[in-house]
Amino acid sequence: MSETAPLLEMRGIVKSFPGVQALRGVDLGLHTGEVLALLGENGAGKSTLIKVLGGAHRADEGTIQIDGRETPFHSPQDSRRAGVAVIYQEFNLVPGLTAVENIFLGQEVTRAGFIAQKQERQRAAEIFKRLGVEMDLDAPCRLLTTAQQQLVEIAKALAFDARIIVMDEPSAALTSHEVGRLFEIIRDLKRQGIGIIYISHRLEEVFTIADRVTVLRDGRNVGERPIAQITRDQMIEMMVGRELKDEFPARQSSIGAVRLEVSGLKRGRAVRDVTFTVRRGEILALTGLVGAGRTETVRLIFGADPREAGEVRLDGKLLALRSPRDAISAGIGLLTEDRKLQGLVLGHSVRENFGLPNLTWLSRGGFVDIRREREEFGRYVEQLKIKVPGQEQRAGNLSGGNQQKVVLAKWLARNCDVLIFDEPTRGIDVGAKYEIYLLMNELAAAGKAIIMISSELPEVLGMADRILVMHDGRVTGEIADARCATQEEVMQLAVA
Amino acid sequence: MKNSRFLADYGMVFVLLLLCAYFSVVTYKEQFPTGESAAEQVNVSIHEQAGKTPRVLVITGGQPGDAEFADKLARDLAASGAQVLGVAKGEPKDARDLLVKIAATGGKVDAIATTQTASEWVLFSDLSEDFPSLGAPRVITPRSYRWPNFLKSENLLNIANQIAIIAIIAIGMTMVIVTGGIDLSVGSLIALSSVLATRFIRDYAGGLEASTGGMILACLAAVLLCGIVGAFSGAMVTRFDIPPFIVTLAMMLVGSGGAYILAKGVSIYQIPDSFIWLGRGADLLHLPNAVVLMLVLYALAHVLMSRMKLGRYLYAVGGNREAARLSGVPVRRVMMFAYVASAILAGVGGVIMASQLKSGSATYGNMYELYVIAAAVVGGTSLSGGEGKIFGTLIGAFTIAVIQNGMNLTNVESYTQKVVLGFVILGAVLLDKIRRKETNFTRHE
Repeated sequence: MSETAPLLEMRGIVKSFPGVQALRGVDLGLHTGEVLALLGENGAGKSTLIKVLGGAHRADEGTIQIDGRETPFHSPQDSRRAGVAVIYQEFNLVPGLTAVENIFLGQEVTRAGFIAQKQERQRAAEIFKRLGVEMDLDAPCRLLTTAQQQLVEIAKALAFDARIIVMDEPSAALTSHEVGRLFEIIRDLKRQGIGIIYISHRLEEVFTIADRVTVLRDGRNVGERPIAQITRDQMIEMMVGRELKDEFPARQSSIGAVRLEVSGLKRGRAVRDVTFTVRRGEILALTGLVGAGRTETVRLIFGADPREAGEVRLDGKLLALRSPRDAISAGIGLLTEDRKLQGLVLGHSVRENFGLPNLTWLSRGGFVDIRREREEFGRYVEQLKIKVPGQEQRAGNLSGGNQQKVVLAKWLARNCDVLIFDEPTRGIDVGAKYEIYLLMNELAAAGKAIIMISSELPEVLGMADRILVMHDGRVTGEIADARCATQEEVMQLAVA
Repeated sequence: MKNSRFLADYGMVFVLLLLCAYFSVVTYKEQFPTGESAAEQVNVSIHEQAGKTPRVLVITGGQPGDAEFADKLARDLAASGAQVLGVAKGEPKDARDLLVKIAATGGKVDAIATTQTASEWVLFSDLSEDFPSLGAPRVITPRSYRWPNFLKSENLLNIANQIAIIAIIAIGMTMVIVTGGIDLSVGSLIALSSVLATRFIRDYAGGLEASTGGMILACLAAVLLCGIVGAFSGAMVTRFDIPPFIVTLAMMLVGSGGAYILAKGVSIYQIPDSFIWLGRGADLLHLPNAVVLMLVLYALAHVLMSRMKLGRYLYAVGGNREAARLSGVPVRRVMMFAYVASAILAGVGGVIMASQLKSGSATYGNMYELYVIAAAVVGGTSLSGGEGKIFGTLIGAFTIAVIQNGMNLTNVESYTQKVVLGFVILGAVLLDKIRRKETNFTRHE
């Protein structure tokens, strides 16, 4: 491409963890003002690679050159010094500090040992102006929306004049409107000569924003092409190493009697009078923008938060829900949106995680029948094709897709009548997504009522029988036949 | 994989063994046996050296084991056909009196059986000059052998007995820490429990004349009251979300102050002699009763933590409270259990201490919470919750006990002991961290 040395050149990066070879000699190059999309299934090594670049992991072998000069990347400080900013999926913001304090954390502007607050504020304001966004500089970051937090991360990178910005799944938690704005910002950064590595599972986005694509599989490079010379199917093929036919499995839905009946649910501003039903064998999609109150609604159904008003009936019977425990014993299961914080005990083994909601029937007289637990979990490992070295493996060591499968296994084993999936495929690769879709279809066919929360409209349209759209804590629309709906139709209701 | 997991869980065993080996080497000394086993051995030597029906004197000092030695030997000698002319136990003067008496009768003596310490009395070196009429009796002592002071069974039992209280309370502490909490009140609860138990015995069970049943009831009441304190702490933590550190810090002050108020500033000793059974008795296989109780409690706690639903829930709550709650774990009840268990075990510890010292006082258990926490942490329990093994805690408690005991045996003064202990605790945890890093999988996605 250009004759000068590339901005960043990673060569032969090898990184292994006990029992896992995460990277087996990966090359990656990035030029100034370029957006490089880094693609690959979960577990392909993308995250490890950018952690090496961010100084969070130290490579076993391989070199990293900046402007043609070999540079050490042994710590996050090294990385920052080299002008690299990594924006991880889980943001690195201190929730209690303000945007300004977070931006200058570790790079404080000081005068005689004291923080020069006025200058910091001024610079932060300048950066946000350059980004073209409004930001409350004095609010603690925990009060900001996900999109705003992401902007703070970007501002943090600009504050130390980063020349390379890595974004790991930046759009995962954003609404389509917010993604559009993020792209504007990325294009603007490009014009300023900043190189961007963009990781995403959403291929549409890659086509919109990337100049070039690098695909990893099993810790190796499998291909690199300019965006103009690759099709969507080719990308998927490279990622999974096989041809993929349909994104959503076909299904013959047979919808029965009303199973779950929710009426007049209320909690603060997040959920204001939500009423709906789900039938046996039905997949109901609950969609809307982030913050519309979808997750909050299902948490009320699950008893995870106290509700101010409203009733939940299962098969006509009124449920007394005071805790998730009540909901679970009534036959309701919730697969949370955030696997790491709410779905799994990361430090514990996958078997123990599997057992957690199932100990009520896997134990007798207070004693856990560990052999039975092993057998049961073994069945699900096989059925769901969970890739784990052993049942005693810590849940935190698995890739996102396999973590989600463990969560699935634990709820499948509970044999709930109503299953609520909150963003079931977020951060999961194409292959695993398909398997999860298949499973949802099977569950519906078995007469269960399924609620699926999703922000990805193709998924909503591809999977649901019926769509409920929420906005600002209320159900603002219903599309009775999801098969005939269009993305535009749903969006209209969501922003209404 | 399995091996490395085992190492990570019980690696402190090796540190403990290493410490034991070290103290064994530095306390390797010549041992002079007394007691019944020495008597049996001397009986055999007498018959070998002085014929089938020897005339024998038995002379011993007044040290522990000497009387048993003398009595057993006299019995055995008589049973095996020897003629025991006399037995002297105590001072050299007693022995000289006996010799004078025998010499006066004009009888010959074939052998004098004695212990190593007594055989060094001046009396024996001048024997042929002072008492020529006795003939030339052989002085026979038990054979000495070389053995570490540290590894003597009395010493090992002593270690176990010393640490029993801390180890028992550390069970509850481990449960609390596993749920992600901490319990600073256990030291004060020892004092409270000792005062309550002894006061109940003094005031309601009949004081010095209290019956066994009365004492048991008094102790149970004391332990139960401690449990109520624990329930209060648990309620504060679970219902009002006050950090456990703060709640139990407050209860530490309340408990300690309460103990002083109840004891009216004095120690309570108006209790029957039989009260020491728990703390100083040794009924089963010569094991101290407190140690037996400790072992039983550890076995139960191990089963609870590794096999029972409740145990699994304790780990889950500490590992990820929200994930546990959303999986249907009764989080509040589980945490409540940990705090109540911790307080009850502290109460039990207080009763044992009152029994060992045969009194109750508000000064007991001072700073014990720190040793108890140290035992759990040295044993591999993570202060961030979700991790830790019951037997690891036992190992941790014994590590602390062995270090203290070893330093006592090697005459390290107590201030230095504190300094060393502090660094050893730090070192043990550091070692654990380093080893864990090597054996465990690093997180990656």
